[in-house]
Amino acid sequence: MTAELGHALLWLAAALALVQLGLGIATLRGSDVLKATRAVAIVQALLVLGSFIALIRLFMVTDLSVLLVATHSHTEKPAFYKFAATWGNHEGSMLLWVLLLSLFGAMLAMFAKRLDPKTLGISLGTQAGIGLGFFAFLLFSSNPFARLNPSVVEGRGLNPVLQDPGLVYHPPLLYVGYVGLSVLFSLAVGAMLAGKVDAALGRAMRPWALLSWIFLTAGILGGSYWAYYELGWGGYWFWDPVENASLMPWLAATALLHSVSVLAAREALRAWTMMLALIGFTMSMLGTFLVRSGLITSVHAFAVDPERGVFILVLMALYVGLAFTIYGLKIAAVRAGEPFEPVSREGALVANNLLLSAILALVLIGTFYPVVAEAFGAAISVGPPYFNLVTAPLALLLAALLFIGPSLNWKKQSKPTSRAIHVAWLAAVAALIAPLLFGAEMTFFERLGLSLGVGLALGSLVPLMGRKLWRTPAPIWGMVTAHFGIALLFIGIASESAFTSERLALVRAGDEIEVAGWTVQVRDIRPALGPNWSAIEAQLVASRGSGAVEMLPQQRQFLSPPTMTSESDLVTRWNGQLYATLGQGNLQEGYQLRLWWKPMVTLIWLGAALIVLGGLISLIGRGVAAWRRRERNPEAKGYREARAW
Amino acid sequence: MKPKQQRLMLVIIAIAAIAGASVLALWGLSDRAAFFVTPSDIAEGKAETGVALRLGGMVEEGSIERSDEGLSVSFLLHDGKARVPVTYTGILPDLFVEGSGAVAEGQLGPDGTFRADRILARHDENYMPPEIADELAAGGSPTS
Repeated sequence: MTAELGHALLWLAAALALVQLGLGIATLRGSDVLKATRAVAIVQALLVLGSFIALIRLFMVTDLSVLLVATHSHTEKPAFYKFAATWGNHEGSMLLWVLLLSLFGAMLAMFAKRLDPKTLGISLGTQAGIGLGFFAFLLFSSNPFARLNPSVVEGRGLNPVLQDPGLVYHPPLLYVGYVGLSVLFSLAVGAMLAGKVDAALGRAMRPWALLSWIFLTAGILGGSYWAYYELGWGGYWFWDPVENASLMPWLAATALLHSVSVLAAREALRAWTMMLALIGFTMSMLGTFLVRSGLITSVHAFAVDPERGVFILVLMALYVGLAFTIYGLKIAAVRAGEPFEPVSREGALVANNLLLSAILALVLIGTFYPVVAEAFGAAISVGPPYFNLVTAPLALLLAALLFIGPSLNWKKQSKPTSRAIHVAWLAAVAALIAPLLFGAEMTFFERLGLSLGVGLALGSLVPLMGRKLWRTPAPIWGMVTAHFGIALLFIGIASESAFTSERLALVRAGDEIEVAGWTVQVRDIRPALGPNWSAIEAQLVASRGSGAVEMLPQQRQFLSPPTMTSESDLVTRWNGQLYATLGQGNLQEGYQLRLWWKPMVTLIWLGAALIVLGGLISLIGRGVAAWRRRERNPEAKGYREARAW
Repeated sequence: MKPKQQRLMLVIIAIAAIAGASVLALWGLSDRAAFFVTPSDIAEGKAETGVALRLGGMVEEGSIERSDEGLSVSFLLHDGKARVPVTYTGILPDLFVEGSGAVAEGQLGPDGTFRADRILARHDENYMPPEIADELAAGGSPTS
C-alpha cells in the first residue's frame, strides 16, 4: 500500500506543479493570482514530502516487493544505512531532487514577502516548470515505487563503499546546494520577465545565494573529507569529473554571492548578476548530467545509464535555452545600471567575479575536453597536472585580491590608502619573507600559497579594525570568518603539498616503523568482525613524544555484494594528521602498511569549516536583523543594508 | 567614464579574461593530458613510451603476483585481444579484483611493461571502462 500511496502523491504533486506553471503564466499576462500560486506551491511541496516519506518507510521495513528496495537494500543492513539507501540510488536521489525543488518553491512562496509580487508569481511558475521536467522523468522513466513481481527473498544490498556515514550527509548537503541555485535561476527569470532587475531583487536573492552556497561548500567539504579517509588514498581532491561537477556550481555560486551584493548595494552589475544566476543552476544540471550519464570515465560516477543522461541533457537544453532566450530578449531593457570607479569595493568584486569565472571556464574546459577529443577519435584523460597548473595561479591572484577588496569603500575610494591597508601589506611582506626560511624542497606555488595564506590570515582581520567589535554587524563577522577560513585553507593545502612524509612497508606483528618523528608499533594483525563484514585489522600504537595512540586500519570483506574495502585510520593532532592504510598481504610474509604524516592538513578542514561558519553567521545575522526591523516597524517596506560584504 | 563606455570596457576585459583562460587551458592541455590506451593499442605499437598514459583493461584471472619484498605487484591487463604486464608499488584500491575492470595511470617502459603510479578501480561492482566495453563488444567477447 505504501508504495501505491507514494506513487499517487507524486502524480498529484505533478498535477499541482502544472497548475502552478499555469498560474505563473497568468501572472505574466497580468492576472493577480499570487495568493493562489503561493498556496499551490506549498501544498505541492507537502505532497512530494509525503511521497518521499513513503519511500523512506519502504526502505526502513525493507519491502522486497518494491524493485528499488530489492536492488539497493538488504534486511541485514544496519537501520541507519537502510535510511540512507533511500537516496543512495538513481530513482531515490531523483525523488530527493524533486522534493528539494518543491520545498525551495514553497519556501520562496512563504518567505519572499518583500519581493515585487509579479516577479514572485513568475518565479514560482518557473520553479514549478523546472520541477515538471523532473516529475516527468520520475513518473515515466525512473519510478521509485515500481513493484517487483514476484518479490524476492533477499535484497542485493547497498554497495559497501557507500556504507559509510559520509554517504548519509554528503549527497543531501550537495543536493540542497545544487537545487538551491534553482531559486536564483527562477528569480532571475521572474525578474527579467517582470522587468524589475533592481536593488530589491539583489536583496531578495542574497539569502538564497548564501543558503545554497553554504550547503554546496559543506557538501564539497564533506565529500572531500569522505574521499580522504574512505578511499585510503590519502588525498582530499582528485580533480575527478564528479568532483568538478560540484566545484563548477560552487564557483558560479561564489561569484554570484559577491555580485548579488553589488546589485543590492549599488544597483550595478545587473546583466552580469542575472547571467551568473542562470549559469549557476545550469552548472548544477550539468553536474547532475555528468554524474549520471557515464559520459566521462570517472572513479566514482554511480549510475551509468546513457538514457538517463540524455534525458537530463534534453531538459537542460530546454531550460537553459529558454532562459537565455529570455535573457537575450529582456536584458537590454534592464541593463543600464549605475557606473562605478575601478578602484572601489565593487571594482574589486568585479575582479573577483572575473577570476572566479575564468577558473570556472578552465575547470569546464578540462572536464569536457576528453568528451570533445573523443568525438574526434582521440581518447584522452585530463587530470591533476592540468587542473593544478591552471587553477593555482588564478586562485593565488584571488587570494591577493582578498587583501585589498574588503578594505575598500563602495563607490569611490576617496583616500588612496587607509592605515588598515598599510598594516595588511606589511603583514603580507613579512609573510612573503617567512617561507624563504623553509627548506629548498618547496615549489614556487607552494611557497607563494603559504606566504599569501599567512598574509591573508592577518589581512582578513583588517575589516574589523577600528570597529567596536560587539557592535559590528553579523554579515561583516561572517565575511571576516569566511575569508580567514580561506587563508587557513591556503596554508593547509600548501603545507600538505610541500611537507607530507610517506612510508610504505611490509609489516608483521612486532615490527616498528618510523615516519616524521612518529614511531608506529605493530602490536597485532588479526581478524575482526562487523555486522555485515569480516576484516583483517592491524592494531598499531603510534607515539611521538610521550603520548601513544591506538590505530586500527582494516581491510574489510563484505559478503553481499562481495567486495573488499580498506578502512584507513587517522590520528588528529593540532598540527597535522597521521594516516594509516592497511593493504594486501598474508600472515607469513606480512601486510602492506602505508603511513603518511600530513602536517597542517588539519587547517584544510578547519578552514573549510570556518568558510561554512562565516556563511551561516551572515545568513543568520541577516535573518535576525530583518526580523527585528519587522518587530519594530511592521509597516516598513524595503530596507537599507548595503554596507556589508 | 560614461556607463556605456564602462560597460564596453568590462565586456572587453571579460573577453580578454576568458580568452586568456582558454589559452592557459590549451597550453596546459597540450602536454598534461594523458592519452587513454587499450592493451591492443600497445600491442599494435600505437602507444608512445615515456609519456603519461592511462591504460584501461580487465585484470586477467590468476595474473596478480606480489614481488618478493611484498610491496610491489604485477598483473596483466587485457581487452580480449591483447595483454600488457603492469607493475605497481603500493596499496591497490578497493574493488581491485581479478576479472574486473581497472585503469592504470603511468608510463610504458621500453621493455613493454607498464609502470603504474596509480591504479583506479571502479566503485561499482559492474564497472568496466566504457572504452574497454567498446573494444570487447567489437572483438565479439562477452562483456561481463
